[in-house]
Amino acid sequence: MGDIIEIKNLHFSYPASEDGGKPVEVLKGVDLEIKNGEFIAVLGHNGSGKSTLAKLMNGILVPESGKVIVDGTDTTDEEKIFELRCRVGMVFQNPDNQIVSSIVEEDVAFALENLGVPYEEMRRRVDDSLKAVNMYEYRLHSPAQLSGGQKQRVAIAGIIAMKPKCIILDEPTAMLDPQGRREVMNVIRKMNREQGITIVLITHYMDEAAQCDRVVVMDKGRIVLDDVPRTVFSHVEQVKAIGLDVPQATELAWRLRKAGFDIPAEIINEQECVDALVKLFDK
Amino acid sequence: MLRDITIGQFFPGNSLIHRLDPRFKIVITFIYILMLFTGSSILCLAIGAVYTVVAVLLSHIPAKMFVKSVKPLMPFLILTAVINIFFLDGGDVYLKWHFIKITSEGVSVSVFMIIRIVLLISGSSLLTYTTSPITLTDAIERLLAPLKKIKVPVHELAMMMSIALRFIPTLIEETDKIISAQKARGAEIDSGNFMSRAKNMIAILVPLFVSSFRRADELATAMECRCYRGGEGRTRLRQLKSESRDYIALAVTLIFYVSVITVNFLFVSKS
Repeated sequence: MGDIIEIKNLHFSYPASEDGGKPVEVLKGVDLEIKNGEFIAVLGHNGSGKSTLAKLMNGILVPESGKVIVDGTDTTDEEKIFELRCRVGMVFQNPDNQIVSSIVEEDVAFALENLGVPYEEMRRRVDDSLKAVNMYEYRLHSPAQLSGGQKQRVAIAGIIAMKPKCIILDEPTAMLDPQGRREVMNVIRKMNREQGITIVLITHYMDEAAQCDRVVVMDKGRIVLDDVPRTVFSHVEQVKAIGLDVPQATELAWRLRKAGFDIPAEIINEQECVDALVKLFDK
Repeated sequence: MLRDITIGQFFPGNSLIHRLDPRFKIVITFIYILMLFTGSSILCLAIGAVYTVVAVLLSHIPAKMFVKSVKPLMPFLILTAVINIFFLDGGDVYLKWHFIKITSEGVSVSVFMIIRIVLLISGSSLLTYTTSPITLTDAIERLLAPLKKIKVPVHELAMMMSIALRFIPTLIEETDKIISAQKARGAEIDSGNFMSRAKNMIAILVPLFVSSFRRADELATAMECRCYRGGEGRTRLRQLKSESRDYIALAVTLIFYVSVITVNFLFVSKS
């Protein structure tokens, strides 16, 4: 298991705006290695640089200094840029703004059309991808007829069709209702487990982050925490100082601990919290 | 109110009309329009009407959709018809009152015009109802492909058109939302005279434009992420294959067209 993405001392600024603004330094030295098949969440509040980091991971933006190496290829290598974008797919927040076609299956085929995949193979890959996200029966629908969660799954199918090794999802559930969020999260987990696709999930939702293998917390263009969710969320004070929340169960346990109750610090989901509370009452 | 616009709306289906090669459908629609404009007698229009009704029935699209597509133009049609009835002179006089004169010529021209336009709209709606906008654009792109040789950016134009079509429902929804939001903040959008209404439109158009630019930017990034690099070397999921039914449909249309021309000719030579 090698690293799919290697980021070394990455700096990035957005250029100065024309009306005299200063260049904005968004990333100030980021080091990150993502292993093949990992399911990793990136947390951070608005302006922490997490979306910029995502765009640097598939060559939409190129580093100012430092290196981003994806599957052995430097993202600044312009000759291999399309090859690289096939290997690292990207799903964005607003499902409406990433669906190109007026028919679901044609949208899923968009990337394959661009890559010049022959018809028979394209047909097969489109059908497989739609089945993988449970949207096959909607293949002839118009995206306008779908719910947010369904549209987002179509967008994911469009990426899976490229057969990427890694998918970066930039707040894919931020605009969805709870039902849509669940659907999308299930699909993402399934992709990770069944197809071994590396997932980089940028999110605002702590409960989503708690389901990942690893959580990276960003603040002001730097990585401040990088560990398994359990350990990251046990640093409640630090996480809160950055302006983020911890999962509700963790929050409850933390408050109880502060109030002097004997409850473990490393609780990240409801079940663990319930168990700990039951134990506490039994004493 | 905004949801009633049906132009460019596609109804998925699997009827004979749906399955026709879109390139043929475009050519056929052109012949159909020519046919309607060539026909100069009621008989010609009757032939056109038979053709339209058969096509509509074959498409399995509910007739009310066609009524809906004609509806927005009805006030304009009726106004033109009324003007024609009152001001066209010729033939028998049915009614005469001061300067108003209703003649057989006026009535027949009005009826003729209404039928012609209704057929025209229904027939061309049939094209967009049974062909997905992207297939349509695809077909146009292929029909116009020879123009690439003289440096017409056919692929780029087709791509722009298909994206525009894709975003029509999205932007309609967005406009509805903006209107509600502005109303909630006390904007008077439906009241006042023409000038103040036009002014109020700014409150809708500015946010709409701002959000459209943002959408365009995000869409461009998403397309880049999916390896879009122009028309070079693209393959298609939608394969356009002309089959015997396409040629038959074209032949049938041509037969109708020829019969309209024949009827025209007979009619003109008699009178």
